[in-house]
Amino acid sequence: MPREIIQEASSLQAPRGRYLKERLIRGIFFACAFFAIIITAYTIIIFAMGSAPFFESVSPFEFIFTIRWSPLIEPFSYGALPLIGGTLLTTGIALLVALPLGLLGAVYLSEYASPNVRRALKPIMELLAGIPSVVFGYFALLYVTPLLRNIFPDIQFWNALSAGLVLGIAILPLVSSLSEDIIYAVPRSVREASYALGATRFETVRRVVLPAAFSGITAAFILGMSRAIGETMIVAIAAGMTPVWPPEPLRPVMTLTAYIVNVATGDAEAGAFIWSTIFAVGALLFMMTLILNTISYFIVQRFREQYE
Amino acid sequence: MKTSIVVPSRRQAQRDDLSSLGEPILQTRQLSLWYGKQQALDGVTLDIPKNKITAIIGPSGCGKSTLIRCFNRMNDLIPGVRIAGEIFYHHKNIQDPDVDPVEVRRRIGMVFQKPNPFPKSIYENVAFGLRINGFQGNLDRRVEGALRQAALWEEVTDYLHKKSGLDLSGGQQQRLCIARTVAIEPEVILMDEPCSSLDPIATAKIEDLMLELKRDYTVVIVTHNMQQAARVSDFTAFLYLGRLIEYGPTKKIFENPDKKETEDYITGKFG
Repeated sequence: MPREIIQEASSLQAPRGRYLKERLIRGIFFACAFFAIIITAYTIIIFAMGSAPFFESVSPFEFIFTIRWSPLIEPFSYGALPLIGGTLLTTGIALLVALPLGLLGAVYLSEYASPNVRRALKPIMELLAGIPSVVFGYFALLYVTPLLRNIFPDIQFWNALSAGLVLGIAILPLVSSLSEDIIYAVPRSVREASYALGATRFETVRRVVLPAAFSGITAAFILGMSRAIGETMIVAIAAGMTPVWPPEPLRPVMTLTAYIVNVATGDAEAGAFIWSTIFAVGALLFMMTLILNTISYFIVQRFREQYE
Repeated sequence: MKTSIVVPSRRQAQRDDLSSLGEPILQTRQLSLWYGKQQALDGVTLDIPKNKITAIIGPSGCGKSTLIRCFNRMNDLIPGVRIAGEIFYHHKNIQDPDVDPVEVRRRIGMVFQKPNPFPKSIYENVAFGLRINGFQGNLDRRVEGALRQAALWEEVTDYLHKKSGLDLSGGQQQRLCIARTVAIEPEVILMDEPCSSLDPIATAKIEDLMLELKRDYTVVIVTHNMQQAARVSDFTAFLYLGRLIEYGPTKKIFENPDKKETEDYITGKFG
């Protein structure tokens, strides 16, 4: 009789080693999650340390608000506005391509295309994202620029317009795929309500579906913008290496990323002052994308619709 | 707003039989429907009388919802649907190629199983149908009228623009959906299990409302709550496996059905 009681009680205990295993698994997951945070923090520290010598001799105000960038040729000058301008110009052109095409394509796929067409088109569109950006860069330089010369005869070999247009194509899959997911996620019941009130398909899209998906679409756009700002190869190859102010679409410009590539692949010695400029430019780039991602986060929080 | 559960007068329905059903507003003739290869309706022939409440009952999957979604051509929105037979609205076949489903839906409104207000303010929810129809008159007054008709005005008058339709309780949301539907003054209101996600008090309010709406509208309600069909409807159609088994005055269907299947379902032998 006592034996049986002991047996029953012991059968409720975990097999040996289970707690240890659970804790180990938990620890591994935690380490993975923590790893991303560590790396981010470490990156920030590296940026701060790397750019410290730069900001000792150049004030942040001069860095961000003056218009002559000449870190290699005397007289030296460290106004990054031409780089910021070059980046914003190519990004702006890219968004002019990616936003309308991405949104309209997403609306077509989600609202108009038959399920079969949607199933076929969506992976093809996402395939575009797999094209290496160096290929896009040469595509811009050797195909798009000559094409543009038919319209703008005085366009230069390196120019912001062609790089920006191709950059737009490069971020198109991201923008339209994310937008499409978000539009598609608007519940069917809300669409049905609109149709049942005698709305046409277009009225339903314009007045119900797009407003409901607004926050998500905005977030998708900002993510696309963030990608365009950080994109390197296309602009380094096709937009040129000339920091000018003001930047013009038909002439060469230099983006923040192109400058980093230029110096990092050049013969500058590690530890030289010039080395600290790329950390400063990198930090600026990082700040820009960080701000954009933060804005996108808050928009999503603020305008998210609860359907239940 | 009365909250008591209403016991409707069935005197009218008792007198009526199908021959005195009056002018039908909606009719189906040998209506069959397939979702892809799966048949959902099989030769349904049915007349829906004007200014009456007609209930469609039957076990889950019998084709009730499919049937009322034929009346405003909502099934057009589902890929792979095929329809045979005829659906008449005022003796006009709404499947004809010259009929615009958008026009049909402006005359035949619908309230859905799950309340589905737009993620917009209460006011904009009701004004939506008016705006897309290019309504020229006094929008405020029309919105108020619709909300009063749906017995929701008193509860939301202070938050018309402040609260989203989604901020309301389930029962309020459903009344908002009814207000939205009556705002464009359709002739027929289709209700697809409008109370299935509501508590008994909210259900009672909606049922009250249906009896009110009967004066101005023709109401067709799908329900698998048989007490509800008995309480509110004048006529009841029993659908089983896509076929119309029996159709007649509600009292007759519930008290003295002709068919054995109807009786078995009514008495709860299956369902």
